[in-house]
Formats: sequence, structure tokens, C-alpha cells
Amino acid sequence: MSGAREKGNAMAKVVTFRRGLWEQLYVPELVRGLGVTLRHFFVNTFGSREIVTIRYPEEKRVYPERFRGVHRLMLREDGSVRCVACMMCSTICPANCIHIEAGEREDSGEKYPVRFDIDEMICVVCGMCVEACPCDAIRMDSGIHMPPVEQRYEALLRKDDLMARGGRSIAVQGGAGPDWREQYERLGEARAVYDRKQAYNKSIKI
Amino acid sequence: MLSIVFATLIKMVIILGFAIALAAVLTWMERRQSAMMQDRIGPERAYLLPPRPGETLGRLRLWGLIHPLADALKLATKEDFVPPKANRAMYAIAPVFALAPVLLVFAVIPFGPPVMLDQLGHVLPRAAGELNELMAHSAAAGQLHQLQVAHLDIGMLFVFAITSLSVYGAVLAGWSSHNTYGMLGGMRAAAQMFAYEITMGMAVMGAFLVYGTLEPQAVVQKQAELGQWGVVLQPLGFLLFLFAAIAETKRAPFDLPEGESEIVGYFVEYSGARFMMFYLAEFVEIVFAACLVTTLFFGGWQLPGLEAHGFSFWALPHWAVVLIQMLTFMAKVFFFCFLQLAIRWSVPRMRYDQLMKLGWKGLLPASIINVVITAGVVLWSQASTAVP
Repeated sequence: MSGAREKGNAMAKVVTFRRGLWEQLYVPELVRGLGVTLRHFFVNTFGSREIVTIRYPEEKRVYPERFRGVHRLMLREDGSVRCVACMMCSTICPANCIHIEAGEREDSGEKYPVRFDIDEMICVVCGMCVEACPCDAIRMDSGIHMPPVEQRYEALLRKDDLMARGGRSIAVQGGAGPDWREQYERLGEARAVYDRKQAYNKSIKI
Repeated sequence: MLSIVFATLIKMVIILGFAIALAAVLTWMERRQSAMMQDRIGPERAYLLPPRPGETLGRLRLWGLIHPLADALKLATKEDFVPPKANRAMYAIAPVFALAPVLLVFAVIPFGPPVMLDQLGHVLPRAAGELNELMAHSAAAGQLHQLQVAHLDIGMLFVFAITSLSVYGAVLAGWSSHNTYGMLGGMRAAAQMFAYEITMGMAVMGAFLVYGTLEPQAVVQKQAELGQWGVVLQPLGFLLFLFAAIAETKRAPFDLPEGESEIVGYFVEYSGARFMMFYLAEFVEIVFAACLVTTLFFGGWQLPGLEAHGFSFWALPHWAVVLIQMLTFMAKVFFFCFLQLAIRWSVPRMRYDQLMKLGWKGLLPASIINVVITAGVVLWSQASTAVP
């Protein structure tokens, strides 16, 4: 696979070959082919199994660290939504699957989403919304797939659904501000957590 | 009279039970074996006991051997759809025509040595003369049974006559379902089966010249007499017969009539229990082809070294010898079923013109040459032994 990719710049070449008498006899080549398949058969049945199938509900593949799963909306210290309804995510979304209706917070007058709907059936899982978000409010790091649904409307996730999986972000709402040094130290902690996860992933054979 | 009927019934139960049970296992084996050959797992999830709470995998799965049962249950409970413009009578009878002939031919397959019921507990004598005397005595007393449902002198002719009937199943299914794809599939099947039937007959002609008989039980005993299996005497005949048999049973690389996923076959319109009959017929055909190959070219129920009195170093009672030889036959048949499945999953499908070319221009002339050469050798050896 990788070898073919390395030779990607080579011109395509049509290889024609004449079948000799040995190939045209069919039987020897048939026996050779049987040898290949039967070797796999016996290795997989009686020897060391080389089976690549993962029995899904019982076995699960370990996902990479940056696997994009179902969206979640992050929370502030007080448990309210971090999102400031800036519409960056719904603007950049190539599939137009994010629908936000903005409102005004009663305490601070800050914008917040009254409605925040993501249609997971339309979502193309590109992660652009996460990239665009200026305040770490939307993430796709929940690590789970969209579960199968029976009705289409069940795949339309509301704000509450998205916040149910939300956690606290270590980023400071409204930017780091003057105490960025302190924030940097907290980022260091996050870095340590990240390293631990990486080491864990490496210890598991994928 | 009644005892003969009873004995025949027992023999039918044994051979048909073996054939149908093996065919059912083959439906599972085909998928599981192909999975193993392609580094997959294959069907293994059907279970007899439900999973423990909190688990997703059921218990008592027996490597997936429950799958044939589950499949049969599923197909039997499915809707039996009949296309509105189909010829209903023909549509109903076509699966029977596909299944009945392949079950019929098992009548002449010898699955064990002649059994002397009055000698079951004894060790048979070593000397051939004594053995023949004993057999004659047994036969006179009505205690000698051939392990073969029908002891026909024209045995193999009967086989070829009946197998050619199974063309009707394919053609009728295609024609009666009022579906152009089905019709074309039926025509393909008919053309292919005609082409390869001739090769099949010609390929074994050489073997019959060597054995000097058409009766399958006698064929097996002749191979024991000669001390060599048919495959040694007729290697080309064996290969031709194997290919023709695979084509005749419409298996890959000759599975154009059915072409499970790509080309639509003659039973497109069939569903439910009727589809099951076609499906079963296909797998019984595999067993039957394996039985024929075993009988004609691999010594049938003969196990090398095992005589009627047991091994040369270990005398066995008659019943044990019979049992071992029956098991030998079944093991050989199983091996050839395995081989047919393995060939299916190793070789790509042929194109239709290649198939016809191979049949008419390749295998048929080769089989005729085989017959001519064999006939010459047989004649020469007879002449050289007759004239001092």
C-alpha cells in the first residue's frame, strides 16, 4: 500500500504479458492459487489467527486522539453554555447543519444561543465548526459515534442534548486576558493529561 | 420381502440423511471457510442459548453451526412470492425438478462394503476363496446386503440419465417466472449443462473401459482388485470429470447461470421455501459430485490397508470393518466437498464465451482423446495377455 503511494509520481504503464503453455494448462496455476487460499485457511483455522475483523459490539477499535465524534457544547463554571452565538460555526459549516437563534443574557447582556440545533444526519463531520469557534464552545471530542436512530428527527440534536455531554473548558471565556501566565500553567496540566492519553493509546495494539 | 423393504428404507435414511445433513452444513461451511480463506471471521453468531445479561454474544454457538438452522427457519417463514404473470404450475414445479434428480442419484452410490448380517460379530476369513464362499452362503440365506439403495447394473448410466433431468429445473424456473433475466439465466444454465454433460460422460468412459463395469459397487471393488485407485489409472479422466462436474453443478469458476451477486440467475423471482429448495439442491449437488468422484476415482469406501478381515496386523470384526469403511467414504466425500468450496473461493469466474470454448473446444476433445488412448491401452493389454 505504502509502496504504491511512494511510486505515485510514476507514469501509468500498461503491462501486457503472454500466457505461456504452463498458464494455459490452467490446472497448475489453479493448484498454485489453491495453495495460497488454503494456506490462509489453515493458518486462520488452526494456526495463529491473522483475522482482521473486529467483532464490533464486543471489540472496539481504539480511536485516535483527535477522532471526531458527536458534537458537544462546552459549559462555563456556572454550568451555562459557553457559546456566545457568534454564528462562526454555522457560517463556516459546509453542510449548513447548524442552526442558531441568538438571545441576550439577562445578567451580563452577553449573547447566547436560545436554540442551538445540529442535524447529525446532514453533518459531514469535517470539524470546521470546532476550528472556527473562538471560545472553545463546540467540540467533537466526545469519542462516540452518532448512535443509530429510527426517525430522522431523532438525529437533530438540540442544545440540551449537546450540553448533556458538555464539560468545563480550561480556556478562559473571552480570551486569556492579563492573567495569561496563570492560564498557561493550567494549559500545562492539560498537556500532561494529553501525554498520558497518548501513552495509553500507544500501549494498546490497534 | 418385508425385510428387503426395511433394509432399503434404512439405507435410504443413511445416505439421504448424510447427503442432506452435509449439504446443510456446507451452506454454513461455504461462508465460514471462505471467510477463513480471506482473513475474515464469517458466520458464528447464531446461538441456542440467549446471551447472559450485559453480554451481546449468545451462548452455545458451536462455531456457527446453528446458522443453517437459523437460515432454514428464516427462509421457511419468508413470504412465498409468485410473480403475477408467472406460470403458476411450472413455477411451483421447477424447484422440485431441481432438487428431486440430485436426490435420486444417491440411490446408486455405494457408501459401504457388502454387509453380511449373519457375520456381523465375526472376523471374516483372510483367504479370498473362503470369503467368496461365505458371501455366497450369506446371499443364499438372504443375509447379504449391498450398502447401496439400488443395486443397478446400469448404475452410472442411471446417474447420467437422471442428472441430465436437472436442466429442466433451471430452464423451467427461468421460463415460468416471466422474467427476462430469469429466462436468460435459464438459457445460460441449459447451454452450459448440455456442453459439460457430454464431457462428463466422456471423461468417465475411460474409467469404465478400465473397470469393465458400470455398476458403482463393482467399480469400487474393481479398484481394490487392481490395487490402484482410478485417479492413478485415469489422471486426465479424473481432472476432466472434476471440471465437468463443477460446471455441471454450476459452481465457480463456472457459476454463470447463477452468478449470485453480479449476474442475475434463473431463480431471481424465487423466495422463501422455494428458493430454499434451489439452494439446497445446489449444495446437495456438491455432495453428489463429491460422491461420484470418490466412487469412480478414489476407491469409494476403500481404506488402503483395510481388508474384509481388518488390517493385516489387527483383525477386526465384520461390523467394525463396515463402520470404518463407511466413515472412510464419508471422509472422502467431505474432503471433495471441501475442495470444491476451496476452488470456488480461489478462482475468478470465467466469461461465458470462455466457458463455452473451454467446454466444446478444450475439455470435450481432451476427453475423447482420453477414451481413445485408454481403449487402445486396454485392447493392447488384453491382446498381450490373451496371446501367449
